[in-house]
Order: sequence, then structure tokens, then C-alpha cells
Amino acid sequence: MNEQQTSSAPADAPKAAGSRRGFSALSGGTVRNLGLVAALLLLCLVGFLTGGERFASLTNLTIILSLASVTGVMAIGMTFVITTGGIDLSVGSVLGLTTVWASTLATQDMADQFGWIVMVGCALLVGLAAGLINGVIIAYGNVVAFIATLAMLVAARGLAELIANRRTQIVDQASFEDTFQGNLLGVPKIVWIFALVVVAGWFLLNRTTFGRRTVAVGGNPEAARLAGIKVKRHLMYVYGLAGLTVGIAGVMMLARTGAGSSTNGLLLELDVIAAVVVGGTLLAGGRGTIIGTVIGVLIFATLTNIFIINNLDSSVQQIAKGAIIVGAVLLQQRISRPSRSS
Amino acid sequence: MSARTHRRHRLLAVPAALAASALLLTACVSNEPAEEETEGDSTSQETAASSDNDAPGEPVVIGFSAPAADHGWMGAITSAAEAEAENYEDVELRVAEGTNDVNVQISQIEGFIADGVDAIVLLPFDGAALTDVAIQAMEAGIPVINVDREFSDPFAARTTVLGDNYGMGVSAGQYICEQLGDQPDAVVAEIQGIASLPLTQDRSQGFADALSDCGLDVDNQVAAEFTVQSGESVTANLLQAAPQIDAIWNHDDDQGVGVLQAIENAGRDEFFLVGGAGSANMMREIESGDSVVQATVIYPATQAADGIKLARLIAHEKGMSDLQSSGVPRTVQLFAPVVTADNVADYLPNAFES
Repeated sequence: MNEQQTSSAPADAPKAAGSRRGFSALSGGTVRNLGLVAALLLLCLVGFLTGGERFASLTNLTIILSLASVTGVMAIGMTFVITTGGIDLSVGSVLGLTTVWASTLATQDMADQFGWIVMVGCALLVGLAAGLINGVIIAYGNVVAFIATLAMLVAARGLAELIANRRTQIVDQASFEDTFQGNLLGVPKIVWIFALVVVAGWFLLNRTTFGRRTVAVGGNPEAARLAGIKVKRHLMYVYGLAGLTVGIAGVMMLARTGAGSSTNGLLLELDVIAAVVVGGTLLAGGRGTIIGTVIGVLIFATLTNIFIINNLDSSVQQIAKGAIIVGAVLLQQRISRPSRSS
Repeated sequence: MSARTHRRHRLLAVPAALAASALLLTACVSNEPAEEETEGDSTSQETAASSDNDAPGEPVVIGFSAPAADHGWMGAITSAAEAEAENYEDVELRVAEGTNDVNVQISQIEGFIADGVDAIVLLPFDGAALTDVAIQAMEAGIPVINVDREFSDPFAARTTVLGDNYGMGVSAGQYICEQLGDQPDAVVAEIQGIASLPLTQDRSQGFADALSDCGLDVDNQVAAEFTVQSGESVTANLLQAAPQIDAIWNHDDDQGVGVLQAIENAGRDEFFLVGGAGSANMMREIESGDSVVQATVIYPATQAADGIKLARLIAHEKGMSDLQSSGVPRTVQLFAPVVTADNVADYLPNAFES
């Protein structure tokens, strides 16, 4: 706890120590990310040794990236939430809700008239709204994030079932399919979307006031308040942002599956949180890394891919996932200790 | 992975199922939309005059993907498919690890396409969600055999092997009608599986339709999740809610283990229970004669094995030798018979352990 506060001290005075903080975050972050990259490369080596050409092909790379994209976009939003010291357990359920809502007959009928923007807008709005509701309850209702988003997890799934009438809803809206399915320059469009969200997320966290405030609120909320940051409002925005990324992921899920289902995203919140934490974002708040999150997502997607290629038991995969989570966190504690003292 | 299943007798069931499906097909053909040309389809298939279908041919690679074997029926699906493939020296079966994550299952199929397998047998976790990737496979010239949970687009599969969910409901409803038809006030309860799945809706619809024929209806309906735990908890609540019941239809024998436990805990036996899917332990209950379980409705766990057999025929460009028409049919729907004390001995050897 004490360690945590000392490490966040520079973040509380962003203006004074702006350049120094930026530099040290870069070097510390680089060391941490190097460890992750090494882990990813090691995993790729395992993949190549066990899968050979079936693993190390361009097609397979595309498969891994597609698999990573939906989880990845949600993980970018989750990185902000966890950087503030919070958690969002509702993302999987809200994903299901956004796909269902964006693919109802009424929405698709409207989309026939006004184009795919209706379905996308619907998914984004539903995601954003769910996120903002989380944010309001947490920030202004002073409810612990764990509980507030747990409530949303249950409620969103129920609402999704109600709206879907427990039926899977097929997307047959042509303009939506044309826009979001298939490849662009040989790369699946959902991978492009993932890349865009990553760049936007990185910029937002590392190059804007919003990002600095997010780190400050997570490091020490009281100090952030004294420094003039409207902490409650900022928290609400951060959960709203996470909801928005879930909306984007909902669009991607619709593109990938061509169907909205209330079972979409079941238990996905755990994968998302695991990727963010493995990526090096502190669960206690005050430190977040977008690059780390991306590598974290890629590590899990690659792991899943290796298991698929070698037809290994998925129960063993879960054990491996657990080991990676623990290993990565232990490793990061080792690496981040010297970087703090410097 | 339900290694407990014993299904060496299944070979006998396959020709019987195919013959039954041939009968059903004659009824189905008129409803089928005019067949469009899909790749690898009906171009050069010759009518097999006699049954040389089992003779070894060119080696074929068949990719197989199904949901996680997290309950007995699904475990039996995969083990039956694997056993079927072992019967043919020309078949190499690549079994993808079972998953309930559509995102992962899509990746598995993408992997099969990248590998260029000769055919794919796919039991999707969600038929609609796997439709797009199945179409990709078909467009890549790989015939897809859709099993159990139907795709949302006819172009996504070369052949579809289906159980009869609506028929299960009808069979269960008709059996209950036979037992209770003269009691218009009889209380009938229904324990569904996962309520969000289309197959559940179909089962319930068939059940309601059959019951209405004899003036009965469903008084209490609850949904479980195909798991023992959920079966126990919803049934405990159901029994609490309905003090007097005459008949219960439980959609799924896997959750039925929990259902029976709850009935035993509550000390109730004023009703009889009809099961669903047809597990060996439910059949033993029926056989014993002193259980509330009087019947169960079969939902064949051998349908993926039939899918493997058909995939091999399609890859070899053969037909079904019992049919005059060339090629493998587009749809094969299996039958949902009722198992009672009278015929349980016929079905028990092939049943799966839940």
C-alpha cells in the first residue's frame, strides 16, 4: 500500500514533473513490456515447435488476431477502469446485450432505411449507457465497483434474454455485413477496428489530460481531488468509456458471428480482466499500460490458438492460463521493483 | 470426456437410422427450396447402385468440432463420432477440442479451412453464430455437415443431420396424453433445458401441441441448464410451487439426475416422469419399474457419427446406396421414439451414461 502511494506521487503533480514522469514511465514500461514480449515470443516458439507450419503461417496469424480482437477492444476500456483502481465485471453481459439490441428486428428494419450506422449506433449507445450507469452508481452512489458491476452483469444478461426472447437473432442487414465482415487489404476488418481502438486508447491514456487524470485518480484519489480533479465525474466517464468499448466489441461480435445472442460474451469478463492484469496494469490502480494490455490479449489468444492447433484438452488450457496469470504478475513485481527506485 | 460410454453396437443403429431418414426424406423433399448449385456439390456424383460404400477409397481428412463435453449427451456425441471414424481406414479425423465459446469455435473452423481438410462435421454451440464461418468453408470448396443445431442459412451446409426436437416434444406429449387423456384437470409440469436455445423452444412447442390434442396444457414450466445442479435446484422449486402434479416432462436426462434427486428429497411420488435424450441411467430407472420415471424420449447421441459417415461419402463423391437418387440427401432427420418398460431392453445397450 505504502509502496503504491510513493510510486504514484509523481502522477499527482503532472504539470511539475511532466517530462520526467513521461521518461521514467517509458523506460519502466519498456522493461516491463520487454518481459511480456519475451513471454509472447516464447509462446510463439512453443507454437512453432508443436504446430510447425500450421502455426507459423500468415493465415494462422490472421486467425489469432481475429480471436484477439473482440476481447482486445474490451480490454482497452478495462485498462482505464483498472488504472483508476476499479473493476468492471459486467463487460461480458453488456456485450451480449449490445449484440442483441443491435440485431433486433426493429433495429435491422431501421438499418434497412438508414444504413448500418443505426445498428452500430445502437450497440455503442447501449454499451455507453450501461457503462455510464455503472459509473454513476459507483461514483455518486459510493457503491464498490465490484458490487455495482456485478449487479450490471446479472441485470444486463437478463435484459438481453428478455429482448432476444431467448432466440438467436440473425443479422441479414446487407450494408452492415458489407461494411464489417470480410477483409480490408488482406486483414479482417475487425482486426483493423482493434488496431484503431488500440491507437486511440494509447493516445488517450498517454497523451491527454484525461489519461493523466485517470492515472492520478487511481494513484491517490484524495490527492487528485486536492489537485482540482473532479474525481466522481472522471470515474463516471471512465466507466462510460469502458461501456463504449464494449459497444464496439459488440459490433465486432455481430460481424464475426452474424448473429445477436443473449449468450454472447458469457464469462468473457474474466478473460478481459486477466489480459489487462497480465499486461501490467496494476489492479490497485495508478498504473496502466495499453501496449501491455495488447500483448496480454495476444498472449491468451496465441495460447488458445496453440491449444486448438494441437487439440489439447481445454481444461489443461485453463490451468495454463492460470499459471500465466500468476507467472506474469510475479515477474512484473520483480521487474518493476528496481524501476521504481530509480 | 465420458469414457464410460459403451457404443460398439452403434454400427447396427446407423443403417436403421438411415433407412428411417429415407422415409422421412420423402416427406421433406416437397418443402425444400429448389436446390442451388453449391461448390463441390452434385457435379460428378454417381449413383451407387449397390453398397460398395464401405469399401476403402482415397484417404480423406475430416475436421470435427463440437461444444464442450460438459454433460453426458455431448460427451457421447464426440466419442461416437471418434469411434465411427475408426471404422474406416481411409478416414483421418481431426477432432477440435470441445468449446462453448463461439469465438473459439469459429477459430477452429478457420483453422480447418486453412488446413484444407476434405470435409467438416460441425455441431455448433450456436447454429446462427457459426453460420458465417461455415459459409466460408463451403466457399473454399469444403463440404460442411451440420449436426444437431441448425445453421441459419441453407448455403452454409452441404448436408444437415438433425435430431427431432419438435418430435421429442410431440412424443412426450402424446405419451402423457395416453396416460392422462381422460383427466382434463391433470396437472402437467415441464422442466426445460437452456431456455435461450432454439431447440428448447421447439421441444416445448411440440409438447404443447401434443398436449392440446387431448385437452391438456402445461401448468408449470421451469428452465434448467442441462446440468445436474440446475436440475436439482429448479425442480426443488417447482415441487414447492406445485403441491399436486400428475405428470412431468423433463427435457434432458443429464439434468434429470438432479431432477430425480430433488423429487427424492421432497418425498414426492404422486406423478410420473418422462425423460428426454435417453440416458442409460434413466433407462435403468424405467427398467426397475418402481421409479417415478416411466418413459424417456430418445434424442440420438449418434448423430455426429452419422455426420462422419455422410462426410466420408460426400468426400468420396458417393451416394447413399439405399436410395435411388444420386448423392447424399441435404437433410437427414432422426426419429424420437418413446422408451418405456416394454421396449427399454432394446434401447438400453446403446444409451449414453449421464
